Amino acid sequence: MGALDVKNVVSGYGGKAVVRDVSFTAAKGEFIGIIGPNGAGKSTLMRTISRVLRPDSGSISIGSRDIFSMPQKDFARSVAFVSSDPAVVFPFTALEVVMMGRFPYIKMFGSGSKEDIEAVERAVAATDCGAVISRPIDRLSAGERQRVLIAKALAQEPGLMLLDEPTSHLDISHQVQVLDILKGLSAGKITVIAVLHDLNLAAEYCDRLVLISGGAVRLAGTPAEVLDYRIIEEVYNTVVVVRENPVSGKPYVLLAPGSRKGGDRQGSGNK
Amino acid sequence: MKDIRNILEDRRKRSVKTAVILVSLLLAAAFISLYSGAAKIGLFEPLNTMSRQILYMRLFRIMLAVLVGGGLSVAGVILQGLLRNPLCEPYVLGISSGASVGAVLSIVLGAGGAFIGLGALPLWAFIGAAATFFAVYRTAEVSGRVPMQNLLLTGVIAGALLSSIVIFIVSFSQQDALHSIIWWLLGNLQIFDGGLLFFVAVMVVAGTAVAYIFSNELNAFALGEEEAAHIGVDTERMKMALFLTASMITGAAVSAAGMIGFVGLIVPHFMRMIVGPDHRILIPSSFLAGGIFLLVCDTAARTLMPPAEIPVGVITAVFGAPFFIHMLRKKSRL
Repeated sequence: MGALDVKNVVSGYGGKAVVRDVSFTAAKGEFIGIIGPNGAGKSTLMRTISRVLRPDSGSISIGSRDIFSMPQKDFARSVAFVSSDPAVVFPFTALEVVMMGRFPYIKMFGSGSKEDIEAVERAVAATDCGAVISRPIDRLSAGERQRVLIAKALAQEPGLMLLDEPTSHLDISHQVQVLDILKGLSAGKITVIAVLHDLNLAAEYCDRLVLISGGAVRLAGTPAEVLDYRIIEEVYNTVVVVRENPVSGKPYVLLAPGSRKGGDRQGSGNK
Repeated sequence: MKDIRNILEDRRKRSVKTAVILVSLLLAAAFISLYSGAAKIGLFEPLNTMSRQILYMRLFRIMLAVLVGGGLSVAGVILQGLLRNPLCEPYVLGISSGASVGAVLSIVLGAGGAFIGLGALPLWAFIGAAATFFAVYRTAEVSGRVPMQNLLLTGVIAGALLSSIVIFIVSFSQQDALHSIIWWLLGNLQIFDGGLLFFVAVMVVAGTAVAYIFSNELNAFALGEEEAAHIGVDTERMKMALFLTASMITGAAVSAAGMIGFVGLIVPHFMRMIVGPDHRILIPSSFLAGGIFLLVCDTAARTLMPPAEIPVGVITAVFGAPFFIHMLRKKSRL
């Protein structure tokens, strides 16, 4: 039994299943990357694990508790979600947004106890956004905003943090910054599950990868197991070369431009 | 990290300061209003029966203006917050049009009835408002959820439909009924009815208290509905509670004072620029500022062209429209 158990989940919109049959387990403190092509059902899966969607069948549990039987605030104290880019309509400051992460702890009329402030301070420190806390969130750069939103999620003091494409709008230095933060969290025993598009970043940072294709798990395992060129070529329908990063020893995926896989197999140059 | 504590402490001090300033302004406006009007009453003049009566009526009207202005502003804050749209106003869900149908029917048909101290017209107006809210909310519901877009569209359409019913009734009305209808539709605070004042006070104060209690929830909605759910807000229940609250405040205000426009649109907007978007500060300060704004407008309405009275809805529009356009232009330049 892990920190998160996803069993035979079928989920989608209006009875039309997008996630067809997904099972996987995350251990406490593990950093899991969800990878797969566009439309594979990654976001739908994340929306189901975060309780936005109810699965048509299957079960999702944390520890031994079914997430759909938990009171809303209990769930928010266990699981935090960072979506790819939520629009904040009113000019709340970054600090006010991070404080919102304390919502499940603050009682009616409350506006922040000593513990709430300490949790916010820890979250701000862990994400290194102390310099921008008094600025309105809509005036921040994409990298700053992403760190503030991760701080908000951290303020919830969750055991499990879910992120939907946390690095998609960021340049490489901010991608690395955000993923370093997430790596630090998982070292601190927070389970991190992130949808990632960049296979190389996923390989570099994640303990395990779950490859989703056509709404089902194609393969789950260590980056070296999952990033097999035959599997990647099959799932993404693109010719790739997989090598080993000489610095980290992790696999990395190279593209072969102009060689999208057609009907017949072309040589893909893998060893 | 000293910074965060300092920021929070500064903010607390600033909100206390804002509250003190607004309460002082409100008291000053009330005092000026009490001693302005067609009949001149000196401050140190001994009161006779006549002047006492006039002051009593003015005080009555001051209280109604503050309650209606404050109430409409709080309703505007709630709706703008939930719908995440700073252009929303209390009338956007068709509540006021529903109240108009009730009021106009009561005028035309001379429908009677009285209930918990409410006269026929406000009673029927409030029934119209409440019926509209429940009809709109139920119509917008899809399998146990009420998507905001559905609600907004349903409200706008219901408002248009009900307004055309009002116009239809007006087109068949007699001269004297017509005058009453138009006067009511423009909005005015000339109602000297203790029961009605009490009813408005209860609805507005209770509604504002509910909104204040759920300030943290309203803040969460600014991130979006799904985001609010992610931090632990029971969004469907909260939406029902807060839309109902905003509608009851609006219904009570409209049934007492008619359709006074612009207050519920510009006051929340203006206060958000001054105190920021945090609803724990925004709600009480919008209540006070809305009360001040409508009180000033109503004092102008009854003192600019004595002994005639300008409908207060005209004054709020004359002040409000240019101000609103100015703010929009300023905002789009940023």
